[in-house]
Amino acid sequence: MSINPWNRRDWSNHPKLIYPDYKSTKFRNPKNKLIKIENFKEIPSPKFSKDCMRHIDADLTKNAKKDHDPIGERIIIIGKVMDEFGRAVPDCLLEIWQANSAGRYIHREEIHDAPLDPNFLGAGMTLTDKNGDYKFTTIKPGSYPWGNHHNAWRPAHIHFSIYGRSFVDRLVTQMYFEGDPLFKYDPIFNSVPDKKAQDRLIAKFSIEETIPEFAHAYIFNIILRGRNATPMEI
Amino acid sequence: MKKNTFLQTSSQTVGPFFAYGLAAQQYQYDFPSLVSGDLRKKDLLGQKINVKGQVIDGNDTPIHDALVEIWQADPNGNYNTNPNGKFFGFGRMGTGSGDFVGFNFKTYKPGITAPNSAPHINITVFARGMLNHLFSRIYFSDEEEENKKDLLLNEIDTSLRSRLIAEKENENEYRFDIYLQGDKETVFFDV
Ligand SMILES: [Fe+3]
Repeated sequence: MSINPWNRRDWSNHPKLIYPDYKSTKFRNPKNKLIKIENFKEIPSPKFSKDCMRHIDADLTKNAKKDHDPIGERIIIIGKVMDEFGRAVPDCLLEIWQANSAGRYIHREEIHDAPLDPNFLGAGMTLTDKNGDYKFTTIKPGSYPWGNHHNAWRPAHIHFSIYGRSFVDRLVTQMYFEGDPLFKYDPIFNSVPDKKAQDRLIAKFSIEETIPEFAHAYIFNIILRGRNATPMEI
Repeated sequence: MKKNTFLQTSSQTVGPFFAYGLAAQQYQYDFPSLVSGDLRKKDLLGQKINVKGQVIDGNDTPIHDALVEIWQADPNGNYNTNPNGKFFGFGRMGTGSGDFVGFNFKTYKPGITAPNSAPHINITVFARGMLNHLFSRIYFSDEEEENKKDLLLNEIDTSLRSRLIAEKENENEYRFDIYLQGDKETVFFDV
């Protein structure tokens, strides 16, 4: 019926809805099959632009700074947002949030006994440029414990919320850091069903992009659902 | 069909601590919010409505760390894609900022966007304990005639259709509870 439909979610790369090792998935997800719908895909979508946000919000070392720089290892994160066909996604809204270098979130219900940093909030946002490229400056987050099982610790990660070109290709994910010893113990990371897909959630250290005397660089590319350029062959 | 050469980045849970990043204003954190739960604009004509509900888990407990996003047409049935325009149909609320464990969007009743499409609000649900977000749709109980003609509702098994329909509770107030699991499980879409 419609041409140029969005590709569906590729369930070989997304976790199952219920993944028992991550305990709370057992009661917070439907048991019925998701119903395949065609008629949802052609709705227009929000178009965010640079004037929706403050320039400073791409720099988490500055956007909550009061009197000192935040404590911790300063890093930059760069990457490209593309679709499955390799097309850049410009004006893509990226919102991130994270723990500070001690592994503490500013969220009021967080009770982990690690210090807050008065100069760090841990939230930021930006848009990709016309080539689909983005950049954040931030502090490398620490690992933190959680209650899923005995001695459970999350690998260091940054939460990403991504609004691409459509309500349909919405994505929320987490970015991890190369070389983390906690990967093999973390059910959230391991809920991703494919080893290579897990690897794509890990930002890679780049000496080429590292800025001398300033900050280590990590590269994290994001692939959103594609939209087929040619009419469907049915 | 053209072959995809790159693979979709995997989804991960929004976790319990999204509030200060994604809904800072609602939770009174010192960070700007791009979107909120109040879609009303001073000069826009249309029926002002509240859409209120809870996100309920398989133990029948309303959960306070869910995030709901809505995307809807304006009262004339047009989608407005500009966040700074006359009406912006995108809203977002966490379920844990007040005494009521749930969401309460202040918006307008959406108009009809296309023939054979009843007024509706598209929704996306995120939460701690959900590794993937879920898509659904809110229709309105006082649009019976339009609902009968709606193409999407007609794709759904008749016994399940009522789960996509918000109940009118008061003049201008609709209730739509989202059951993540169980006997009343909401209808979620694979789109
Ligand atoms: Fe986290």
